[in-house]
Amino acid sequence: MSYTPLTDAERAQMLASIGVDSVDELFADVPVSHRYPDIDLGPPRSEIEVLRDLRTLSEKNLSLERTISFLGAGAYQHFVPSLVGHILQRSEFYTAYTPYQPEISQGTLQATFEYQSMICALTGLEVANASHYDGATALAEAVLMAYNVGRGKRTSAVIAPNVHPEYRQVVQTYVQGTDIQLVGDRTVSADLTGLKAQITKDTCCVVIQNPGFLGELVALDEMAELVQATHQAKALLIVVGYPIALGLIQPPGAYDADIAVGEAQPLGTGLNYGGPYIGYFATRKKYVHKMAGRLVGQTTDIDGRQGYVLTLSAREQHIRRERATSNICTNQALCALASAVYLSTMGKSGLRQVAELCYHKAHYLAQQIDQLSDYSLVTGGAFFNEFVIRCPRPIRQINDALVTRGIVGGFDLGRVDSERADQMLLCATEVHSRESLDELVDALEDVA
Amino acid sequence: MSLKNLEPLIFEFSQPGRQGTQVPSLDVPEADLPTELLRQELPLPEVSEIDTVRHFVRLSQLNYAVDIGFYPLGSCTMKYNPKVNDVAAQMPGFAHTHPYQPDETVQGNLALMYELEQALKALSGFDAVTLQPAAGAHGEFAGVLVIRAYHRSRGDDKRDVILIPDSAHGTNPASTSMCGYRTIEIRSDDRGNVDLEDLRAHCGPDVAGMMLTNPNTLGLFDEGVLEVCELVHQCGGLMYGDGANFNAIMGIAKPADLGFDVMHFNLHKTFSTPHGGGGPGSGPVGVTRTLADFLPGPRVSRHDDGSFDLLYPTHSIGRMKAFAGNFGVLVRAYTYILSLGAAGLRKASEVAVLNANYLRAQLSSRYSLAIDRTCMHEFVLAGPPEDAAEGIHTMDIAKRLMDLGHAHPPTVYFPLIVPEAIMIEPTETESKKTLDQFAADMLAIADEARDTPQCLHDAPHNTPVRRLDEVQAARRPVLRYEPSV
Repeated sequence: MSYTPLTDAERAQMLASIGVDSVDELFADVPVSHRYPDIDLGPPRSEIEVLRDLRTLSEKNLSLERTISFLGAGAYQHFVPSLVGHILQRSEFYTAYTPYQPEISQGTLQATFEYQSMICALTGLEVANASHYDGATALAEAVLMAYNVGRGKRTSAVIAPNVHPEYRQVVQTYVQGTDIQLVGDRTVSADLTGLKAQITKDTCCVVIQNPGFLGELVALDEMAELVQATHQAKALLIVVGYPIALGLIQPPGAYDADIAVGEAQPLGTGLNYGGPYIGYFATRKKYVHKMAGRLVGQTTDIDGRQGYVLTLSAREQHIRRERATSNICTNQALCALASAVYLSTMGKSGLRQVAELCYHKAHYLAQQIDQLSDYSLVTGGAFFNEFVIRCPRPIRQINDALVTRGIVGGFDLGRVDSERADQMLLCATEVHSRESLDELVDALEDVA
Repeated sequence: MSLKNLEPLIFEFSQPGRQGTQVPSLDVPEADLPTELLRQELPLPEVSEIDTVRHFVRLSQLNYAVDIGFYPLGSCTMKYNPKVNDVAAQMPGFAHTHPYQPDETVQGNLALMYELEQALKALSGFDAVTLQPAAGAHGEFAGVLVIRAYHRSRGDDKRDVILIPDSAHGTNPASTSMCGYRTIEIRSDDRGNVDLEDLRAHCGPDVAGMMLTNPNTLGLFDEGVLEVCELVHQCGGLMYGDGANFNAIMGIAKPADLGFDVMHFNLHKTFSTPHGGGGPGSGPVGVTRTLADFLPGPRVSRHDDGSFDLLYPTHSIGRMKAFAGNFGVLVRAYTYILSLGAAGLRKASEVAVLNANYLRAQLSSRYSLAIDRTCMHEFVLAGPPEDAAEGIHTMDIAKRLMDLGHAHPPTVYFPLIVPEAIMIEPTETESKKTLDQFAADMLAIADEARDTPQCLHDAPHNTPVRRLDEVQAARRPVLRYEPSV
């Protein structure tokens, strides 16, 4: 395929108009010794051939369209209503770029404003930006923001052991050029008792995940104590969340958190083997100038008509350059649109219902598995839709056996903690029917 | 007089008790809800499916897009996004896979990632590529961290400077700062190249590296690029290539051959993946053999038996994001590369450069060029024509272009070294007729700028909204919907 429409005759006219004899002459500035290297790639091919090859490749994968899966751990299989994909495929959204010229970008701008509004509603906080690359990078930017709110004098970031290990790793990557030190136990755990003692006068933020990586919900009194200790130390509390759970449980704003971040993929974006996803980010109004990322604001045009623009850009890299606190210059606009459409069509009651389904199905599954003689429920406290079970054999073996029965099992916790090699993190959502839950329970019994 | 809003906010369609999408009924016993943890209110809209569809379709109609018309936004490579790319990305085997599925169940994904790495290596000359970064700026951050890790691995932690030309994108200095480095700006000379004397003066033992966009943001291939790389290497620094403008040189030159050590690719620019209103993108990073071990992980690794898995490089700077990368974007870019092949990619670059030079020739009768040289895939005009009425600025020309309805305005006021810059990148997917129409519009606007300047000052006239009050937006920020009490 070639997507260049010029005919030979047009080409000739254009070269004449430029005043050169050949296209080669246009590349005279490229050192001749390095010009036109061999490129080891195949010949151009037709759409039929390309699609045939890609279909073959895609069919080497086990697609979760037909296979039930109990994987969560940061990426979730939720139902995406048909209208979401339909709206995303609108060329006007799909093939536009960053709304640099607001007069002809009101669609993207208003949809983003609505996304920001819905993230504020979900998190109970006052301002939300237009989004980050994913939940993990949103967290990293939140830690950098807390450091900047503390004017760079507070160099310790306390990270709870219930935070997703990959999120912690991304924060570690992001802070390596600064003097920020990550504090906190690296071994995943739902036990938060040691956390308060790690907060000092050098702490810029405390990061906690709710529900935690292992699925557990943080108890109210525990959260209240943590908020108090954090604020007493004049540090910021950052809460990593799961937006579907926020349809049911109290939002970070309700317990006085300062920043709420998380992965918004569950809101209308498919699994896509890990990306593109979308990080949401919300905070208090007073920190808006310290927040990274694009922001859309409402205003009026010269005729008094309401409209939307990118705003407060004096925070951003194209203005501040080396003095900017983040280099981010885009958002995940299309995924933000997906979230806005998803939250619109689900709405207040639909999101609550989805969250309740997740909750009930996970609890049913946990109870059924706990009744199996060779398995036990490890999760002790309240949880949302993920929980940990102990298995009679290494998870690797259990999961291999499940795959032969057409089931993708849960997350092998041995991947993040060798002492948990017999523990599996299971996830249930509204896409699981009772039959599919029972199927897993039966299969687990078989492969024990 | 109060004018109607273009389209109300979705919240304004809300009616208590309404719901768009039906959720399945509960088919398992109810568990006790943790009463004390439940939220009291959830102020989301309550709208029907048809209201939602109409609302967002009407919003879409307020947007301009590549599928509507010409989009010569300099530095953004707004080429046509082939539809086959999306068909491929939506194949169930790709779209419905979880990032933690066992490697044996995602061999197709891993093979695709491996092949895409090979293709990017073939085009750039680099020895290793990571696909993890989620955007160009994210790739820059990863690349500069790799440079930092390399120096530190050799016990060389005194270097704290990254050299950056004055024509660079703002992300370059911002990425540098995020890595804890200082930025020193290097002047451009009067031909738009890196000023070699200024560079020589700043090359020293404190230099960790230099970030260079080549072709640069003036759309010019740096005539001294070999010498620039040599100077930086001589003082022990590494060369970072900003691949934003790679669309000009596919099959024309390999950055690694020219002396670059690290470069990020913008798959959403060069490799035709849709921009989606500002993302998602993807910013893979290529490096020379010496730096391969420092790349972010995980990376795809191929075994002798032809199977693949994900591994961490031994001295990796770490993870840039959760999971392996923006896979959906990778599928689209790989589809594009398979479709065009080596010959098609070179042709794409050749025509991108031909189109830009053709437009440059058409416009140079009325507009001055920032630097009058053969350009690569884009070129920069030095603002309004010389005979424009007083008070006419680049922004007026941009706004007037919207009225004419044939094109999105070019990038304006960038690069910063050209006051009133108008940066035009036509891309290779545009026909001569489209370019001629744009040239005709720009020449007509040049006449208006001289004869009827008020018309330009007041532009745009025909767009859904007219000039918006950005000062008000920033002074009294309204950043979310709040129901009026």
